[in-house]
Amino acid sequence: MRNLSLSTLGPLAALILLIVLGASLNDNFLSAANITNVLARSAFIGMIAVGMTFVITSGGLDLSVGSMAAFVAGMVILAMNALQPQLGVGLPLALIGIGTALAVGLLAGLANGLLVTRVGIEPFIVTLGTMGIFRSLVTWLADGGTLSLDFAMREYIGPIYYGGIFGISWPIITFALVVVIGEIAMRHTRFGRYAEAIGSNDKVARYSAVRVERIRLMTYVFLGLLVGLATILYVPRLGSASGSTGLLWELEAIAAVIIGGTALKGGFGRVWGTVVGVLILSLIGNILNLANLVSPYLNGAIQGVIIVLAVVLQRKKTSAEGR
Amino acid sequence: MKRRQFFGASAALALAAGLATTAVAQDDRTYVIGVSIPSATHGFMGGLNWHAQQTIARLEATYPQLDFVLATAGESAKQVSDIEDMLATRNIDALVVLPFESEPLTGPVKAVKDAGKFVTVVDRGLSVEGIEDLYVAGDNEAFGRVAGEYFKANLPEGAKIVILRGIATTLDNERVDAFEKAIEGSGIEVLDKQHGDWNRDKAFTVMQDYLSKYPQIDAVWAADDDMAIGAMAAIEQAGRKDEMWIIGGAGMKEIVKRIMDSDPQLPVNVTYPPALISSAIEMTALNFVSSTPVYGRFIIGSTLITPENAERFYFPDSPF
Repeated sequence: MRNLSLSTLGPLAALILLIVLGASLNDNFLSAANITNVLARSAFIGMIAVGMTFVITSGGLDLSVGSMAAFVAGMVILAMNALQPQLGVGLPLALIGIGTALAVGLLAGLANGLLVTRVGIEPFIVTLGTMGIFRSLVTWLADGGTLSLDFAMREYIGPIYYGGIFGISWPIITFALVVVIGEIAMRHTRFGRYAEAIGSNDKVARYSAVRVERIRLMTYVFLGLLVGLATILYVPRLGSASGSTGLLWELEAIAAVIIGGTALKGGFGRVWGTVVGVLILSLIGNILNLANLVSPYLNGAIQGVIIVLAVVLQRKKTSAEGR
Repeated sequence: MKRRQFFGASAALALAAGLATTAVAQDDRTYVIGVSIPSATHGFMGGLNWHAQQTIARLEATYPQLDFVLATAGESAKQVSDIEDMLATRNIDALVVLPFESEPLTGPVKAVKDAGKFVTVVDRGLSVEGIEDLYVAGDNEAFGRVAGEYFKANLPEGAKIVILRGIATTLDNERVDAFEKAIEGSGIEVLDKQHGDWNRDKAFTVMQDYLSKYPQIDAVWAADDDMAIGAMAAIEQAGRKDEMWIIGGAGMKEIVKRIMDSDPQLPVNVTYPPALISSAIEMTALNFVSSTPVYGRFIIGSTLITPENAERFYFPDSPF
């Protein structure tokens, strides 16, 4: 961190304020169980938001991630249920599920990316379209109801969400790894720098021999893969998927990215900021549940105020610096 | 045919209609019945959509003179357009509508009635009385009351419970008010009531936070089976499975199965059948194929599903 200015610390300050507020309102807030809960439930949106950071940094947008997660979850459950009679409950079937999630996620991301880069349609429109397609597909696959994983298999893969090592659960470990890889990719690789260059000015990037289309395509594929990864952790939790799975995840992920200091118009991305954004969003919900501060009808309003405040805190300085 | 037992009354009516069609002389006219319902956004609506499709398929096969138009809407404005289209382009003779919201749908449904069509309103009443010919609904007040009475009868004084509420609507308010009225004077303390939005993931999160917040919880009123499943996963994770039982609602097949198997965690359930749409469509159809009088109000009671009677409420083929 070369430029540790107030603006960079804005979202971090908001996060610390929330933690202090939470701790003062409820003694159990800082208990290991609650912290594990909050981090584990942030992991899904968190991993998706890390991928979203790259898409937004390179000047794109993906509205389809929530529906995509539901669709991937549905496909995973269908694949595992279909093959259970042949393979039985065990590691091979779990690996099939994991493979399905990554493959479907990758293909879905590839479809978005190709439509944006090869066909040349606005990302907003492409992903608005695929958002509807994925959501309808999962509702159709589930016959309007819920797709449920066979009970025995759910028990077997349950530890993927609930288990862990040294008391740290797998979703948290996976999330942390994704963040570290994302941060390195953004700051220390050609991919990250090209993404920023394309988001700042894609013409200049093109004249500088950056393969703009290819980098853009890679950001969507990377995001699709992360959606697949998030789904691998999501399915064992409740063992089901329905039309309401992953509802509004896309907006939470985009909000987290922007709160964290990534520019919505592209050109600058901050992976660790995205993590702070995700944590802020989950903590608000957690604190509102733990302390009966306001009528539950107003939860959405409180969330809105804190999101706007977190961004205001950082924008003050950012605009002065010309970023 | 087993599903028909679900609403004994309409099964009898359907049988009567079957006989009536052969007896009553019919003209050759084809009647078109429009069905407008909310889309399958959560488990209950998914079940309702499934039952609507099943009923329409069955009626179209039974009565060649009936045609159906089914439209599902994700919001009120879309539903209003659907109904306007049905009237303008499909020339419907009857409308079966489950209003997404009461206020915005009242005007458009009244326009259908004013055009001289038969109108059946399902589950959510319109804000002006006297528009519909037939009103078919579940009993939200009883849904809350029956659950509340079970809590009152089975918990000692001073017991602590938490409530998971649905999406903030009048329907949810009616249920919660009736529940709270039913446990009044029992000495049961309601620790908290937050919205789980009839959603498994949301209910899981809210229940996790309840468990962090309250060291003692004796029972959970999840008020919906999707929420009950989310809450159960959170309780299992916290390792507090033996401390509390959960009452859901609406009779989801997985939950009913566990009641049949006498699961101590899920002692009973309260019905609110998604198949109420079938009652509405069948009765509307009867108006056109028989001389059965079809008007007034048909309220489907909310009753307690217990291990003894659970089999009656178990439909393994339904998606809900």
